[in-house]
Amino acid sequence: MKAAKEGMAGGSRRVRFDVAHVRRDFPILSRSVHGKPLVYLDNGATSQKPQAVIEALSRYYREENSNIHRGVHFLSERATAAYEEARQKIQAFINAAHKEEIIFVRGTTEAVNLVAQSYGRSALKAGDEIIISAMEHHSNIVPWQMLRDQTGARLRVIPINHNGELVLDEYRRLLNDKTKIVSVTHVSNALGTVAPVHEIVAAAHERGIPVMLDGAQAVPHLKVDVQELGCDFYAFSGHKMFGPTGVGVLYGRRELLDKMPPYQGGGDMISLVTFEKTHYNVLPYKFEAGTPNIAGGIGLGAAVDYLQHLAWEQVVAHEEDLLAYATEKLAVIDGLRIIGTAKEKVGVLSFVFDKIHAHDVGTILDQEGVAVRAGHHCAMPVMQRFGVPATTRASFAFYNTRDEIDVLAKAIQSVLKVFG
Amino acid sequence: MMAELEDLYQEVILDHNKSPRNFRVIENADRKAEGFNPLCGDHVTVYLRLRDGLIEDISFQGSGCAISKASASIMTAELKGKKESDAEELFDKVHKMLTSDGVDGGQSLGKLTVLSGVAKFPARVKCASLAWHTMNSALKGGSEVASTE
Repeated sequence: MKAAKEGMAGGSRRVRFDVAHVRRDFPILSRSVHGKPLVYLDNGATSQKPQAVIEALSRYYREENSNIHRGVHFLSERATAAYEEARQKIQAFINAAHKEEIIFVRGTTEAVNLVAQSYGRSALKAGDEIIISAMEHHSNIVPWQMLRDQTGARLRVIPINHNGELVLDEYRRLLNDKTKIVSVTHVSNALGTVAPVHEIVAAAHERGIPVMLDGAQAVPHLKVDVQELGCDFYAFSGHKMFGPTGVGVLYGRRELLDKMPPYQGGGDMISLVTFEKTHYNVLPYKFEAGTPNIAGGIGLGAAVDYLQHLAWEQVVAHEEDLLAYATEKLAVIDGLRIIGTAKEKVGVLSFVFDKIHAHDVGTILDQEGVAVRAGHHCAMPVMQRFGVPATTRASFAFYNTRDEIDVLAKAIQSVLKVFG
Repeated sequence: MMAELEDLYQEVILDHNKSPRNFRVIENADRKAEGFNPLCGDHVTVYLRLRDGLIEDISFQGSGCAISKASASIMTAELKGKKESDAEELFDKVHKMLTSDGVDGGQSLGKLTVLSGVAKFPARVKCASLAWHTMNSALKGGSEVASTE
């Protein structure tokens, strides 16, 4: 396997994408499960971690562990520098205009809650409207329902068609003078649909309405440039992009973040506290109360470094090939129906059998070493839309191979044998 | 097929999944309870008609995997005509069998032992116990929705 250099970019050397080579960076991929080689196709739930991320976490605890933004001692300065360096890496990764637009949170869920409670509660009143879509994860539904109940606002839902694509005409009809925020997923976790985010942002901005994008499933598959997208908020989770759990990012445009009240109160988010009044800290610290997940932030920085050194165009091409190959292999299986057939989709293949429940499929695949998700994928409205209780979801990452898809297809034949 | 998988998907289980017994609504039920497994969205409703401390009729409706459907079907077949107190006792025994790594294999449980293979699949225990929790909650007359959580 040759790993030819592909020139320099951003000062880092980009290496030609070679899946066998890349797999060696992920130690867990060489383990076995139930005596079979692991075929990990549950990347939509969480991705595996490269050695570089594992080592960054370990090194931080081994050599730098200390609290940040506080101590004057050596270790605290080292930890603070490492944490802030990670913030800069993430800024570059999604091309945010300013470093202080990158707010560390626990994950996408917390980012949505932050925007709903901070922006939403100050900007919305009774009768105002919030727009989401019919293919949202529960984490981009429930925080808005809570906001609706707190403010008396109304929740409007962009429908999806039978392919699992957003109906843009319906979206444009939903927009009106009462709409105060639009929050939609960039990529659907249950269907893999890539939403037409440019059109969504443009239509909302014509009316001066801010747009939040849930990028949890997009960042591992697509090159994301928040300035090019033009969105006002963008949220994603570290653990779905080959980083640690418990850390994620809220990107927000500085003008908006500046005006928003803090989400949580505590240490680090203040500049001066008396019992009469507290002066809040500047961005991004205003939104980062308490000691953060320092190791997680540094680990996420290492994940960004790892992704930045891959030849992204080739990663995208490899993933497109995987999805096309898997679709072709599974579509011919007797009784199997693919849920989510959008023209623009990435990373996800959801399927059902009329007479076999997804859990039974999941258990039998597991015995063959194949890890998939079976259930409603925290997107129960999507299941209702397609009239199924659950689906089996194979979700891919760039380290998956055609061979693994062959194993999946063969394992599905074992399912059919049991339920034949 | 691997031995553990064979224990899980025994012929009897597959048969009850394919043609579930007492899969209907009892119109004049004395008791009715709903059960959800919030983890996976499985849903079951259990209906009971009781007379003089006996379960005169029992049925279920809902959607779920082969294990949850077969468990509900086998449960209704087993409990019809039994005393209410026997049903409560069986609920405890089945619960123990499902969670005890198959030790005791539930010798005293007769036909219900086909469910013992589930104990080797921790992720599936809740599938098998959902109908039983729901039946128990219907017997106790609670209007609360049973949950496996």
